Amino acid sequence: MTQPITARFQLQFANFQLAVDLSLPGAGITVLFGHSGSGKTTLLRCIAGLQRAPQGFLQINGNTWQDSESDFFLPTHKRSLGYVFQEASLFPHLTVAENLQFGLKRIAKSSANVNLQQTLELLGIEHLLSRMPERLSGGERQRVAIARALALNPEILLMDEPLASLDAKRKQELLPYFMRLHQELHIPILYVTHSQQEVAQLADYLVILAEGKVVATGSLPETLSRLDLPLSQDQQAATVWEGKIIGHELDYHLTRAAFEGEMLSLPAIDAEIGSPLRVQIFARDVSIALEAPKASSILNVLAATISGLVDDQAGQSLVQLKVSKQFLLALITRKSRLLLGLQIGMAVYVQIKGTSILN
Amino acid sequence: MLNEADIATLWLTFKVASIATVLMLLLGTPLAWWLARTQSRMKGIANALVALPLVLPPSVLGFYLLVLMGPKGLVGRLTTELGLGTLPFTFAGLVVASVLYSLPFVVQPLQTAFAAIGERPLEAAATLRASPLDTFFSVVMPLARPGFLTATILGFAHTVGEFGVVLMVGGNIPDKTRVVSVQIYNHVEALEYEQAHWLAGGLLVFSFTVLLLMYSVLKTQPVAHPIK
Repeated sequence: MTQPITARFQLQFANFQLAVDLSLPGAGITVLFGHSGSGKTTLLRCIAGLQRAPQGFLQINGNTWQDSESDFFLPTHKRSLGYVFQEASLFPHLTVAENLQFGLKRIAKSSANVNLQQTLELLGIEHLLSRMPERLSGGERQRVAIARALALNPEILLMDEPLASLDAKRKQELLPYFMRLHQELHIPILYVTHSQQEVAQLADYLVILAEGKVVATGSLPETLSRLDLPLSQDQQAATVWEGKIIGHELDYHLTRAAFEGEMLSLPAIDAEIGSPLRVQIFARDVSIALEAPKASSILNVLAATISGLVDDQAGQSLVQLKVSKQFLLALITRKSRLLLGLQIGMAVYVQIKGTSILN
Repeated sequence: MLNEADIATLWLTFKVASIATVLMLLLGTPLAWWLARTQSRMKGIANALVALPLVLPPSVLGFYLLVLMGPKGLVGRLTTELGLGTLPFTFAGLVVASVLYSLPFVVQPLQTAFAAIGERPLEAAATLRASPLDTFFSVVMPLARPGFLTATILGFAHTVGEFGVVLMVGGNIPDKTRVVSVQIYNHVEALEYEQAHWLAGGLLVFSFTVLLLMYSVLKTQPVAHPIK
């Protein structure tokens, strides 16, 4: 099946080369992940047309934006996109309302976002309309910048590390808005970040870049659990499971949730039965036993099969486990791995000591 | 007090400076925009050429303009061909010379203001569907307003104060090319110190007031808005 977004670029700088060939989904959040210098921002700028790759082909929902073969390049201002920069980049000489109107005045009325009011509510900025940008907090500025981009009802939303310039507190303040965007927008969002936490919280689909090349692409749970990728070779290595709330145990302050047939007990969540949720399970919080523990304080014990193994240089082993259709990572000592005689294909039990709920 | 001839020179000075300032803004804006943004190797040469009147003795600039615009000069032959006659010792010639002489005072503040805006607001405007020309008028001009203010004031005030170039290119023709600074010289030559005082003192007060006004306006309006 052809994907709605096709992007191929080749670009040469003095000491950097970008060479990518990507097909991306037409909905949800696709995170472009990589360290600084990996080319993720350059890729986003090529898609926006802010940077012109000498060789490039870009198609969004059947509309060609660039085709260097036929020397075609649609300038940025003619592309139906929304762009959020690392710094909000509001026009300092205009009020919030005028900033929001800036793009609206320049597009046909028919293609404007008829739900501008909803967008303002979604981002919680109705009360800021008459303010000048200099009188907004960093988080407020960034919310206005997002609303300004969405007001144009673009076919794609591009975000370049929109949280990177904010302190931890502001980040926490802004993340819920991103999650709401995720649920309520039906356009694809390309989101550039180098933060693993943002990846875990926001990504549906992940593109990992290094030195200007695509290292891996795939759904979030799949890419996070791959042992050959840098994400798993980190103390923060974790997998993400997506599921639904199936019940509450109010007496114990617990919530039960189902993930592809597997059930986990989680700290109580104030949400209705049936609500979707996403949990992050850190590899360091997962331990392995050969037999089902008969008596253990750990609630979440699941049957699993070892599907991958890799030792690091520091006495630790990373184990990839298959639990029904999902994958888990466990970070254990190499000594334990040898004592238990763990091998690929073995049936084991995993104990999950802790989970963190992402929404 | 000022006599009728003095008032005529004041009026002529005002006319030359006003017309020259308008022309300098029209010419200087695209030039400054180009200088602020180009990566071209010509940038250094262009910058040096624009700044030349800052260091050149006015008589040198005046001399070359006189030669260039004279009947045998390149520009002179062109203007004759076009049926305009030659420019030296005419009002038009005075305006042309003033534009070249004061141009750096207009281009440099604009160039600095444009450079301070940076790339980001232009990119933001492009992602909000504004064409480059639209962006120039709706984003660059408002953000560079202090630069335009400085350019206008300095360009005008510097043209009012010119002497050497005027004398070389314009001469000393009443109602046509005799501006205030030349008139002061005439008075001093004729030992009419009181007349000279009135005009010279007037120019001094004018220049000081203009600069004071400019700096107090700029103080309330920072040159470059930080973009956040």
